[in-house]
Amino acid sequence: MLLHAKSARFTVWAFLAVALLLLVGAPLLVTFMAAFAGSWNGVLPSNPTLAHVGGALAADNLSSLIVSLQTALFASLLAVLLGTWAALCAASSPADSAVSKVSDAVFHLPAAVPSVVVGLGLLTAFSKPPLLLNGTVAIVILAQTLLVLAFAYSTVSAAARGSDPLIPLAAASLGASRLRVLLTIRLPLLLPSIVAATGLAVALCMGELGATVMVYPASWRTLPVTIFTLTDRGALFDAAANTLVLIAVTVAVLAVIAKFRGKTAVR
Amino acid sequence: MSAAVLEKPALEPAPTVRGAGNWRAWLWLGVPLLFVAVFFLYPLLQIGAQSFLDKSGAPVGLDNWRYELASPAVQAAMGTTVKIAGMSTLGALVLGTFIALALSFVPFRGAGFITRLIETVVSFPSFLIPLAFSILYGRTGVVNSVMESVAPGLPPLNFVNDVPGVVLAEIAFYTPFVVRPLLAVFSQVPRELIDVAGSLGSSPWAIVRTVILPAAVPALTAAAGLTFLLTMNEFGIILFTGAKNVMTLPMLIYTRSIVTFDFPSAAVIACLQVALSLGVYCLYRWITKKLSGAHHAAAR
Repeated sequence: MLLHAKSARFTVWAFLAVALLLLVGAPLLVTFMAAFAGSWNGVLPSNPTLAHVGGALAADNLSSLIVSLQTALFASLLAVLLGTWAALCAASSPADSAVSKVSDAVFHLPAAVPSVVVGLGLLTAFSKPPLLLNGTVAIVILAQTLLVLAFAYSTVSAAARGSDPLIPLAAASLGASRLRVLLTIRLPLLLPSIVAATGLAVALCMGELGATVMVYPASWRTLPVTIFTLTDRGALFDAAANTLVLIAVTVAVLAVIAKFRGKTAVR
Repeated sequence: MSAAVLEKPALEPAPTVRGAGNWRAWLWLGVPLLFVAVFFLYPLLQIGAQSFLDKSGAPVGLDNWRYELASPAVQAAMGTTVKIAGMSTLGALVLGTFIALALSFVPFRGAGFITRLIETVVSFPSFLIPLAFSILYGRTGVVNSVMESVAPGLPPLNFVNDVPGVVLAEIAFYTPFVVRPLLAVFSQVPRELIDVAGSLGSSPWAIVRTVILPAAVPALTAAAGLTFLLTMNEFGIILFTGAKNVMTLPMLIYTRSIVTFDFPSAAVIACLQVALSLGVYCLYRWITKKLSGAHHAAAR
């Protein structure tokens, strides 16, 4: 017990409550209230309406949401696949080997570079032959994949480094082929971290703006870009409603992803 | 600490024969490496090449570089970027340390729930906070309209579209990145140590300073480095606050390329930003490696 005096403890709690309310509570609460507000000129919003949320679930905004979901899922799966692949390679070699060092350096790198630069790079490199990707869906997916690859890699490789190296060796000594060891021993052991990496990647992709806003074609507009357009126009209540929908859908997807981890833990 | 030390195996023989396993490992690593090389490293090189070409693609030597490095807008943007990142990092460190200390050492019912809440918030989009700021404190926001009806004479509140708004939003978004690693470290500090120090007459502030914080130095340094890097690269929050006079390097890259289609200029600024970010990143890796090494040695 650090603080014995009751008054001191209450002071700390009061400060903590204010800090958390301002950091976590206020943004969520304000967005929530604005999403259902017809107008907001007093302390509390007035003329409650479902029009903004209805608008967020109709026509253009709904298609933005679907575009976001598809992009996030594709990009996350690709990033987790590549990240897990690289993490397995790195973990199979000794930690001080060149393979591990190179893969650690290379796969962490994209997270150190600003998302805007990742977008600019894709735009500069693939607006001309040999590979024309500018204006396609692929360039958006690639941008988001690169941005979450480092997180996927570091999550899985931390787990791979921490796991017991003797278990796959025991399986191999009993005659299991390399492929069988990979599919029935190493990957199942890493599944919790792979699921965690997928969840993190989806959450980051759903809210990604910096690289997407650089590369997106008009036909493939993600929800964060739509929300930015609304905010820029001053339609703050519509932006709030769309943000609320984005958060709700992200949380729902994360809950579904977490279910996979739950099942494996029981097994 | 002891668990972390124990995890290091005492020089086990490598499972694969070095020479035979080596080229095979490289071959397998080749697939993801190729992806990063084609879609990340090659584009970065293309940005570098673009910085020596003019808009029509003709080589101009160092002209773009000379022009941009001398331009006051670019110099100001570099200053603004570092300034905003520094202030946001400092704010997030102070606030995050306080929250982690309170959650760990002044426990209350519901602390676990709050911790989970903070972990959830990290996965929310970064623009949630500037959006809420605009609704509350923007020029036509709630606070201003209330103030106008209560005290019509007062000048309107107008900090959201300026440096304070951006810094506050970044502090709000990045504080959880400081809280999470600190909570992990604080849970390792033995409670008996604090009780002994307290019974020997140390004040709470002295215990925090001499017992708790020294154990958290590596985690604090790592969190500071990461937060500084991320705030330096931050784009979404600044774009959303619509702050026209907060021109950081990422904002400048976006404006030059997407708004005015001046790709050679954007390429030069992007090179500067990458150099700055990679410098900070290498420093961060070096310091965390050094500190964690020293820490392990001390624990042994």
